[in-house]
Amino acid sequence: MLEIFTALADAVTYDLLRVDSQTRLGEAVHFFIEDTAKIFFLLTFLMLIVGFLRSWVSPEKVRYWLEGKPKMIAYALAVILGAVTPFCSCSSIPLFIAFLSSGIPLGVTMAFLITSPMVNEVAAILFGEAIGWHFTLAYVVVGMATGMVGGMFIDGLKLEKWVEPFVFQVKRADGELNEPQITIKKRFSHAWDETVDILKRVWLYVLIGVGVGAGIHGFVPQEWFITHAGTDNVFAVPLAVLMAVPLYSNVTGVVPVAEVLMEKGLPVGTTLAFIMSTVAISLPEIVILRKVLKPPMLVFFIVYLALAFIIVGYGFNWLYQ
Amino acid sequence: MKKVEVFGTGCKTCIATEDMIKNKAKSIGVEIDLYHIHDPVEIASRGIMTTPAVIVDGTLVHKGGLPHDAEIEGWIK
Repeated sequence: MLEIFTALADAVTYDLLRVDSQTRLGEAVHFFIEDTAKIFFLLTFLMLIVGFLRSWVSPEKVRYWLEGKPKMIAYALAVILGAVTPFCSCSSIPLFIAFLSSGIPLGVTMAFLITSPMVNEVAAILFGEAIGWHFTLAYVVVGMATGMVGGMFIDGLKLEKWVEPFVFQVKRADGELNEPQITIKKRFSHAWDETVDILKRVWLYVLIGVGVGAGIHGFVPQEWFITHAGTDNVFAVPLAVLMAVPLYSNVTGVVPVAEVLMEKGLPVGTTLAFIMSTVAISLPEIVILRKVLKPPMLVFFIVYLALAFIIVGYGFNWLYQ
Repeated sequence: MKKVEVFGTGCKTCIATEDMIKNKAKSIGVEIDLYHIHDPVEIASRGIMTTPAVIVDGTLVHKGGLPHDAEIEGWIK
């Protein structure tokens, strides 16, 4: 079905713009047109479906489902629900307080808070389109595992001491707030608003990312990445993780670049580590949590994520060698 | 007079929601008692985890994202 975009790029590049298909410029222009068209189509179409389906889950419902569950079940549920439940970073503080005040263990709460931003639907869609849907699966599974193990560490090390004490004094809300009534039509219009909102936020990054990708695709020689960032270079994975930190929230721009880097020989694990740190290690969002978490916990959080992605990077490089 | 509470920790969408309600009330000439609750402890202890949320006379009418203009009229009229 997606061949239609190749045909479109063929027509625009070779017939309309009359760029020679044998030149580097031709390759770059073709790549740019095919990829931008495909990415915008997939984002719009899949975000509408995702937005509609997830109007049935909310943090309030997640809390209800997690309350009083045995720990192991709560962990599994927390990361599955974390992967599908959206919440904006400005809701993370009330969410954190509300979870803990309902008696949900700190480890389970953190597992949810780590997984939710890390398993990002936009990244998952772009990942599938650019690199292959089995990598979307790897990304989701690795994201949930990182959240679960992180939560278990926090629980095992009894890191409650690194939570601001006032949080534990908050009493659970009496009685349940009813969810507002939502009709199917409203769910659709909600999904539509959300899709438009995401497109508005990411379109420029997509264009820049695909533009940079197209440039590399057309002009950087194949051997460069294999020589400099191949599996032989042991520093490539940690370096990729570090480089990703300032790129936060531009995952839409990063994935098209990563696609080309992989095509030019950048190993799978290094690419995965790079993309996951772009999505998950977001300093501004981690700093918001300072209101409820003491500084050592924030440091623990960042170091844990960085180490986790480095291990993931080496692991996947080894698996796919 | 209806009591309208907007819950938000200070994000852009939360402030925009408050402004939309204020403007709507003014334009249709309805007087309301409008509060913006910023304190995360109070937000959490009212059972709210998705912001912005709007409670009108004790009933939760909205949470998450910007409300639609037409909806707001329905809440405050």
